Amino acid sequence: MALRKTGYLTKEELINSNRYPSKERLNKGPVAIIECTEEIPCNPCEVACKFKAIKIGKPITNTPILDENLCIGCGLCIAKCPGLAIFVIDKTYSNKEGLVSFPHEYLPLPITGSTVEAVNREGIVICSGKVVKVLNKKSFDRTPVVTIAIPKDKLNEVRGIKRLKNKH
Amino acid sequence: MIEKEVVVIGGGPSGLSAAIEAAKRGVEVLVVDENLRAGGQLFKQIHKFFGSSAHRAGIRGIDIAIELLKEAEKYGVEVWLNSVVVGLFKEKKVTIKKTLADNSEKLEIIQAKKIVIATGASENAVSFKGWTLPGVMGAGAAQTMININRVLPGKRILMIGSGNVGLIVSYQLLQAGAEVVAVVEAAPQIGGYGVHVAKIRRAGVPIYTSYTILEARGNKGVEGAVICKVNDKWQPIRGTEKVLKVDTITIAAGLKPLIELAMICDCKCSFIPQLGGWIPLHNENMESTNSGIYLVGDVTGVEEANTALEEGKLAGTAVAEALKYISLEDARKTKNEIWQRVNELRMGPFGEARMLAKNNILIGFKNILDS
Amino acid sequence: MRVDNHIILGKDERKEMVEIKVDDKTIQAKKGEMIAAALIANGIRINRYTVKKKEPRGIFCGIGQCTDCVMVVNGKPNIRTCVTPVEDGMIIETQYGVERSNG
Repeated sequence: MALRKTGYLTKEELINSNRYPSKERLNKGPVAIIECTEEIPCNPCEVACKFKAIKIGKPITNTPILDENLCIGCGLCIAKCPGLAIFVIDKTYSNKEGLVSFPHEYLPLPITGSTVEAVNREGIVICSGKVVKVLNKKSFDRTPVVTIAIPKDKLNEVRGIKRLKNKH
Repeated sequence: MIEKEVVVIGGGPSGLSAAIEAAKRGVEVLVVDENLRAGGQLFKQIHKFFGSSAHRAGIRGIDIAIELLKEAEKYGVEVWLNSVVVGLFKEKKVTIKKTLADNSEKLEIIQAKKIVIATGASENAVSFKGWTLPGVMGAGAAQTMININRVLPGKRILMIGSGNVGLIVSYQLLQAGAEVVAVVEAAPQIGGYGVHVAKIRRAGVPIYTSYTILEARGNKGVEGAVICKVNDKWQPIRGTEKVLKVDTITIAAGLKPLIELAMICDCKCSFIPQLGGWIPLHNENMESTNSGIYLVGDVTGVEEANTALEEGKLAGTAVAEALKYISLEDARKTKNEIWQRVNELRMGPFGEARMLAKNNILIGFKNILDS
Repeated sequence: MRVDNHIILGKDERKEMVEIKVDDKTIQAKKGEMIAAALIANGIRINRYTVKKKEPRGIFCGIGQCTDCVMVVNGKPNIRTCVTPVEDGMIIETQYGVERSNG
């Protein structure tokens, strides 16, 4: 996989490895995307999902499989994944825009309502986004989850924002 | 001379784990650690660990350290901090340079019934022109500075090495507010987990595979670095040099087990590069070629904290069994469960080489005994 | 530069400061922090100069094993500054060679 050379997965690799929700499911509402493709002993995501939508089983090196029909896109798994490899996208947000939620363990956290630069898996800014929600619940154990609204056609690419300059 | 049932040398995850497991069953345990605080490398690990959620996965290393210290206290484990083991003998005598409350030093000699060596590993150095300049340091040193001392060693970092340590420390340097200008990896592919790489790529950190560092430049400290491409024999290719403006160069080129104490009491070792270098041999009970002296954690091969925790439990159980604090049946059952978990942690393409190498330790041990 | 606020580590709660002397400078350090860290926080990363070639050295391993960070502390040479905490009034000097400061 090109992941070993470039350090990021391409959308095609994700779709080919059966890790992408169907078009149907994407049109129904928010759904999780687990961008975890290597066999590593790890299973906190399986335990995290209240709806039992994530399956790893035994041995725990199995890569997680998402049951897109059990998944409601609540995003609880995002903060639980030690690899920070889970995202939630929502194609149904509005006519022109979709939502993407991702883990963001940096300060300063973005402010709800602000405009941010959205980046793809390569860290390149490909559009701007509006911050819709920033959650940093105690149960997330310091992995804040940020949700931004972006043009719908970028939903398969955007996986984060450019880190904000700190006023540490 | 003081007598103790068990002395554990090193208070990191494997040593504390062994101490807790034995103390739980009533064994008298003393842990000796040269640092001002026990916990080994755990207090630097601010990220969430992988592994089995039934066994502390998803929890940050720092919080596992706090849990272990609490458990050690709960089960009455005695701990001497700021104390260095300077001598270790086959007959299980330990010489310790203990620092007392008033900062004076005293030499203590302890006769133990069982010893557990949990001395861990230390970072490898990679030399290149200018590598002695201030600003060139181990990745672990940078991690200590940012996560424990809360100071940034520099603002613009070049990371050498793309194994898990290089990738994780790069991420943590970003979290601390530094810019990681590049990660350089001499091999043609990235060494660490895909999810670790993905995090730093999303953050815009470039990774150069088949690249090495040629030179650190600067007058009184690092001011720049020269990297260049290497061919398939890892030789620099002329004309591919790039100059990077950095003030810090962190080296993540692997770790090697700290085996001095194992060697001075004549534990037999074998050279196993996949595990970091010279490895003291042990059996399924984590017992060395010297009866009553056990080895756990990175000193038996560089792996991760989760395997260190399990190996510690294994030795702790074996020690309790040898001292007759638990029945053979209870010990057998417990050890089997631990071995299942350990084997699970060594599965998958990243664990394969370690699994094989660890099995070779067991085979090497049997061969020594037979000969 | 100090990391005063951090997403995982939180705010730096250490408020108590001590005063230490480093060569001819007087600097503020956080009580109990490692000498090397206090120096780095104040922009000082040279700890010593080597015997033969008089080359500058700073921290390398950061955990007390390599001795690259040693300095003369309160008159005693070869003190590993990455594992030695500061004390109020401490006198720290850049070490030249194996045992002397410049003074």
